[in-house]
Amino acid sequence: MSFEYSSDKDFHEHLIEEVLEAYPEKSAKRRRKHLNVASAGEDGASECSVKSNVKSIPGVMTIRGCAYAGSKGVVWGPVKDMVHISHGPVGCGMYSWAQRRNYYTGLTGVDTFGTMQFTSDFQERDIVFGGDKKLKIIIDEIEALFPLANGISVQSECPVGLIGDDIEAVSREKAKDIGKPVIPVRCEGFRGVSQSLGHHIANDVIRDWVLDKGEPEAGFEPGPYDVVVIGDYNIGGDAWSSRRLLEEMGLRVIAQWTGDSTLAELERAPQGKLNLIHCYRSMNYIARHMEEKHNVPWMEFNFFGPSRIEMSLRAIAERFDDTIKANAEKVIAKYKPLAEAVIAKYKPRLQGKKVLLYVGGLRPRHMINAYEDLGMEIVATGYEFAHKDDYQRTMSYVKDGTLIFDDVTGYELEKFIERIRPDLVGSGIKEKYSTQKMGVPFRQVHSWDYSGPYHGYDGFAIFARDMDMAVNNPVWSLFKAPASAAA
Amino acid sequence: MPQSIEQVKDHAELFREPEYQEMLREKREQFECLHSPERVKEIAEWTKSQEYREKNFAREGLTINPAKACQPLGAVFCAAGFADTLSFVHGSQGCVAYYRSHLSRHFKEPASAVSSSMTEDAAVFGGLSNLVDGLANAYALYEPKMIAVSTTCMAEVIGDDLHAFIGNAKEQGSVPKDFDVPFAHTPAFHGSHVNGYDNMLEGILSHLWQGRERTPGESINIIPGFDGYCVGNNRELKRMLDLMGVAHTILPDPSDVYDTPSDGQFRMYDGGTSIEAGKAAQDAKATLSLQEYCSKKSLQLAKAQGHEVASFHYPLGVGATDEFLTKVSELTGRPIPEALLKERGRLVDALADSMSIVHGKTFAVYGDPDFVTGMARFLTEMGAEPRHLLATNGTKPWAKKLRTTLEASPYGAGGQVWPGADLWHLRSLLFTEPADFLIGNSHGKYLERDTGTPLIRLTFPIFDRHHHHRFPTWGYQGGLHVLVRILDKILDGLDAASDQAGVNDISFDLTR
Repeated sequence: MSFEYSSDKDFHEHLIEEVLEAYPEKSAKRRRKHLNVASAGEDGASECSVKSNVKSIPGVMTIRGCAYAGSKGVVWGPVKDMVHISHGPVGCGMYSWAQRRNYYTGLTGVDTFGTMQFTSDFQERDIVFGGDKKLKIIIDEIEALFPLANGISVQSECPVGLIGDDIEAVSREKAKDIGKPVIPVRCEGFRGVSQSLGHHIANDVIRDWVLDKGEPEAGFEPGPYDVVVIGDYNIGGDAWSSRRLLEEMGLRVIAQWTGDSTLAELERAPQGKLNLIHCYRSMNYIARHMEEKHNVPWMEFNFFGPSRIEMSLRAIAERFDDTIKANAEKVIAKYKPLAEAVIAKYKPRLQGKKVLLYVGGLRPRHMINAYEDLGMEIVATGYEFAHKDDYQRTMSYVKDGTLIFDDVTGYELEKFIERIRPDLVGSGIKEKYSTQKMGVPFRQVHSWDYSGPYHGYDGFAIFARDMDMAVNNPVWSLFKAPASAAA
Repeated sequence: MPQSIEQVKDHAELFREPEYQEMLREKREQFECLHSPERVKEIAEWTKSQEYREKNFAREGLTINPAKACQPLGAVFCAAGFADTLSFVHGSQGCVAYYRSHLSRHFKEPASAVSSSMTEDAAVFGGLSNLVDGLANAYALYEPKMIAVSTTCMAEVIGDDLHAFIGNAKEQGSVPKDFDVPFAHTPAFHGSHVNGYDNMLEGILSHLWQGRERTPGESINIIPGFDGYCVGNNRELKRMLDLMGVAHTILPDPSDVYDTPSDGQFRMYDGGTSIEAGKAAQDAKATLSLQEYCSKKSLQLAKAQGHEVASFHYPLGVGATDEFLTKVSELTGRPIPEALLKERGRLVDALADSMSIVHGKTFAVYGDPDFVTGMARFLTEMGAEPRHLLATNGTKPWAKKLRTTLEASPYGAGGQVWPGADLWHLRSLLFTEPADFLIGNSHGKYLERDTGTPLIRLTFPIFDRHHHHRFPTWGYQGGLHVLVRILDKILDGLDAASDQAGVNDISFDLTR
């Protein structure tokens, strides 16, 4: 945490002016509010405010997705023993099919359904006459073909909310018929300004249709060390490499939300003693609800990189007794040699390398110290769909001069990368190939570029290996053609 | 400790370590409340049964694991084939993020497109101002020579009128009045990506040809259709036509924009059919489509201009390539040159050399209707037996036509055609009437895992194997690639089945 560096503030301010010049006046005025440069504040934390969580400007190539992506893709999709219907036309479910790498165990198609694509495949007649009748048929067919599914969710695509369907009524009726939860989610893609509203809607639905309706679980005996991990979607197995550490310190993880989770885990959560939130953005709503209604406190933690893991393990242990506190120290001591070996191996290869991040959720801040543990410096960072409270939380992570961008456009990002020439860019699939063509190393930091896990000590070793592989790859030296090539 | 610094283990190995296996077992037993292993086994077995197949095929509402996408994906793919053209999709923004991701994951290339980012207020008041502002921003930032507008289902449901909106935007100065903004309505709740391709192509051609006098010429137009192998195939197509000395225009040609070099520069636009060439395509003597189901409207448009038209079904293999080249020869008077005939002979030679490997092997094939027809036909040329032919976006007339094609060959006689079915149907088929091999896309890997049918990835989308699309599958040379992919899968299987020394390695042969 004592790693000190700064970025060139004047240069970054100049860059902002430069990119804004390309826009028509009206749009430049709007975009200006989303771009800024952090400056060091008095208490060590940086100051920087950008406008966030407002509509994207049309035609600029926003990188954002939609509410459906936030609900089906992020929050609900990983609940593995339920069938999630992409309710509407075929495309949304097709493009999001198994792409987030939410790992799970189970027999797919029999007792778990995570990497399947269920859709009502709306046709013209469903738009004209409504889709409710079809939805009823579909629910019966799911029950007939997948008797071990423990519930069904209806993930609304755009048309559902526009044609006046009553999916809530259908869900109530069919839940009675099949004797299992049928959960309607109004996450039509046109709602809100990004994935973010989809997270919120999905949280609210968990509150109204799961927690408020669930029966107390027979045979479950709460214990003093029960915790729930919230906002870890087990991408590449992240929740598993996190769970290990929590269990090793003597805590009992009674539910994971929602990576590798089951409906039973959702229902059981209010019986925990503490909610541990990794992705604050996508699941803070339900944690606040459980605090108010069920008196379960919550805290944020960060399992990226040894510095933050250590801090988090101690902070979590603080909420429990001396046994757990002592265990936390044991866990830290146990993994210290591994973390030190990782740093000894990779830091010399990565020291001083500059990183630009553009992601969603928690990662534009949460990952920063993991890079810094390897001696890397964050020159710029930004969020796809953050709110004001995310930027507030970011300030303690970034340094003087760090370029900050909110809902960056394809044009801006390309220019920032071209002019800053960072040694590594961490962003998504849509940004990967354009960046690499420029000769700038890149790692996807949504899907972990098909690697992972990156959480926990086990994950940190993989993270370091991958960053080294990207930054120091021999391919970057091959870009320049022979001097004798035709001009 | 499962992790080690000497050999860092990622997910592929880490979670197989005993510590993790134990943790996952405990999670399952203590916290997940799933069904008992016995019950899971019982249901798993039942899903393989004839009884389950009947229930599965009785579905009327539910689609599971479909092999089709929605119209605007096809529109974005189509527009990418025109030079310096930016796709503008009017409607919700998440859709555009999805098309871009989907195309990038397949081609391992950037895929650019913008959205008009409509939200709740646009749902109520219409998306006119989104389109007006959006066109202005896209034009200023990305400097396209043409903006091709298509629609998401949101814009279609609320009934936005692109023709009027674009006129309005031009009036308001979003783009110059003479700037090309062709458009197509591409409702996701009708047809699939192949229709979106057709609608966008028709929209662009009718825009480029509108108000222009046709001067009949000798060139021919080729519509390749929606094709994940466009990079290899379009180049092969051009090579063959150049060898024949035939003047041609590919309508449209995304082979360069989806295959840009790594040399330090990001090319948002690269290659493609120029606007001038697109206009001049009106003067062509003929327009040929290589995928009938991707081009019905576009061919009608060409026909109305006085072009001779003909369509094919994804020409794979000897006979289909013969027919295509013969048609080109008839239309242009240019003979099929010696160089191509030698390539033909080499493909036939390869088929003869390898007949014993493929002969009598049974195949299930799925994908877009033209691909399935083309693949089925090539399989029968190899002496293989197509058993299940499935297209989620295939129609009954497609099925009828394919059945006729199959009946023409003794190897095709046992083939069953499944229009409108999905990959969960195919799962039942593979359990109850198995095939030796499966040909499809990456989604087929779940069928491979569940049914043990080895998968050969030969159609879009291919996410989990790299670079195959850079090699052609069309033409005689392409046929050779397809043959080798099939042979390798069969031969690797033979080796894998006899790879344990002293146990089963009697037929672990050095020469096959």
